[in-house]
Amino acid sequence: MHGCLSLEHITKTYQDLNGETLAIKDFTHTFEEGKFVSVVGPSGCGKSTLLSIIAGLEPQTSGVIFWDNSKPLESNRNIGYMLQKDYLLDWRTVYKNVLLGLEIKKMLSPETIAYANSLLEKYDLLEFKDKYPSQLSGGMRQRVALIRTLATNPDILLLDEAFSALDYQTRLLVTDDVYKIIKAEGKTTIMVTHDIPESISMSDDVIVLSKRPTTIKQIYPIHFEMDNRTPLTCRDNPMFSTYFDRIWNALNSE
Amino acid sequence: MTGKKNLSAREKYLRDKKRYKISVVVTQISILLFIILGWELLAQLNIIDSFITSSPSRMFATFKRMLSQDLMTHIGVTCLETLVGFLLGTVAGTLIASLLWWSPFLSEVFSPYLVVLGSLPKVALGPIIIVWVGAGMPAIITMALMVSLIVTILDMLSGFTSTDTNKIKMLKTFGANKLQTFTKVVFPSNIPTLLNVLKVNIGLSMVGVITGEFLVSKNGLGYLIVYGGQVFQLDLVMTSVVILGIVASILYNAVVLLQKVICKSSKWQN
Ligand SMILES: Nc1ncnc2c1ncn2[C@@H]1O[C@H](COP(=O)(O)OP(=O)(O)OP(=O)(O)O)[C@@H](O)[C@H]1O
Ligand SMILES: [Mg+2]
Repeated sequence: MHGCLSLEHITKTYQDLNGETLAIKDFTHTFEEGKFVSVVGPSGCGKSTLLSIIAGLEPQTSGVIFWDNSKPLESNRNIGYMLQKDYLLDWRTVYKNVLLGLEIKKMLSPETIAYANSLLEKYDLLEFKDKYPSQLSGGMRQRVALIRTLATNPDILLLDEAFSALDYQTRLLVTDDVYKIIKAEGKTTIMVTHDIPESISMSDDVIVLSKRPTTIKQIYPIHFEMDNRTPLTCRDNPMFSTYFDRIWNALNSE
Repeated sequence: MTGKKNLSAREKYLRDKKRYKISVVVTQISILLFIILGWELLAQLNIIDSFITSSPSRMFATFKRMLSQDLMTHIGVTCLETLVGFLLGTVAGTLIASLLWWSPFLSEVFSPYLVVLGSLPKVALGPIIIVWVGAGMPAIITMALMVSLIVTILDMLSGFTSTDTNKIKMLKTFGANKLQTFTKVVFPSNIPTLLNVLKVNIGLSMVGVITGEFLVSKNGLGYLIVYGGQVFQLDLVMTSVVILGIVASILYNAVVLLQKVICKSSKWQN
C-alpha cells in the first residue's frame, strides 16, 4: 500500500518538576491512505500528544513511525496540522495567510502559488483574497486555515478539535465543507474530537482511546448504505444512532 | 412649529455632542487667557515681583530677542539630541530584547540586573558618563539613551514573551525555525507594543537630554534654563520652559501621528 502511516509501539512520557506523566502507552496502528479516521477519548488522555508526535512537534519516548511501511517518517515528514482555532495572522491578507505555510517551508514557486490560488478559487475564497481575517466570518476563517494547510500539499492531515471554537450551526456547515474539501483533495486524515456525532459523521474509522496512559480500546469502522455520503446527510441514517451508542458505551465502560 | 422642534433624535444627539466639545475648548482657552492676563495684571500692579516671577509681556520681549539671536540653534540642538537618543534607545533596546527572547537562559540570567538598572535614577549616572564619554553632545545623547534603553528592553521583552503560544505552535506545524518564528509572528504581533514604547521613549529621551544639558552643555534649551537660573534671569528661564513644553508636545504628537498612520495602513489592532 502506498502512503500509509504506521505507528509502532509509541510511548510518551512527559517530564516536569512535579514528576513524570505517562501519556501514551504502546500505541500501535496503521492509518491507511485516503481514509478519514477519528480519535475520541476521555479528556486529558493524550489525544493532542498523539498528533503532536505524528507532526514532529514532540518527540516520542519510544517506538517508531513508518511511512509506506518501510521508511522512517522523519525522512519525509509532510504533514498538515490544524489546531483548535484558525490562528490566522491579523496583519496579513487572506492571500498572504494562505501562503504562510509555503513561505515557511521555502516552497514558494509559480506552481505552488498557482495551486494555492486554485484552492482559493475552488472553495469560493478568491474574492476575499485581499481582505483581512477580521473581515471574515468564523466559518470562512476556518476554511482559509484549511487552505493554508492544503497549499503545502501534505500527505496527511491532522485536525485537533479543529471545529470546537465554532458555534453549533456554523460547526455543522463547516464540517460539511471541510469534509468535501478533504475528500476532493483525497487526503489521509486523522481527526481528534470530543464530539461523538462529529466523529461518526465524518469518519471511515473511529478509534476509541482509553484513559491515561492511553492505548487503543476499540476501533469502529463506520459504514453507511448510501451514495454520496456527507456529514450532514449521514446524520439521518438509521445506523447513526447505533454507532453513537456503541462508541458512547465503549468510551464510558471501564 | 419652529425649526428646533423638528430635530430628529439623531440630530439632537449630534448637536449636544458638538456643544459639549465646544464648551470644553472654550473653557480650555479661557483658563489660558485667565492665567496670562492675571499674571500680567498682577505684575503691572506690582502685586508680584516680576523680577522673580517674570511676566507674559517680559517673556514675549525675551522671546523676540532670543529669536533674533540663537534660539533656533538651541531648539535644534535639543531636538537633535532627543531624536538621536530616542532612536538609539529604541533600536538598541529592541535588539537586546530580541536577543533575550532568543535565549531564555540569557534572559533569566540578566533579569535581576535589568531590574536594578531599571529602578536606578539615571541622573546618578551623569558624572560617570561625563568622565567616560566627555562633556558635550555625546554625553547628553548617552544620558538620553540610558534613560530609555532599559524601559525599552523590559517592555519589548515582555511583549515578545507573551506572544500567543498557539500562533507559534501554528507556525511550528509548518516546521518553522526560530528565526522564522520571530520574523513571521513574534515581531509583527508586537508592532503595537513597539509603537507604545516609541510614545513613552520620546518623553524619556527628552528627560535624559535636559538632565544632560543641565550637567554639561553650552547649547540647548536645558542649558538656557540652567544659565538663566545661574544669572538670575527669570525671564529667560520661564520663556525657555514654555518653549521646551511646546517643543516636547510637538515631538510627542509627531510620534502619536506616526502610530496612527502605521495602525491604519496595516491591520494592527491597538
Ligand atoms: N508539555 C507537557 N508537559 C507535561 N505534561 C504534559 C504536557 N503536555 C501534556 N501533558 C499531559 O499529558 C496528558 C495528555 O495531554 P493531551 O493534551 O495530549 O491530552 P488530550 O487528550 O489532548 O486532552 P484534551 O481532551 O483536554 O484536549 C495530560 O495529562 C497533560 O497534563
Ligand atoms: Mg487536546
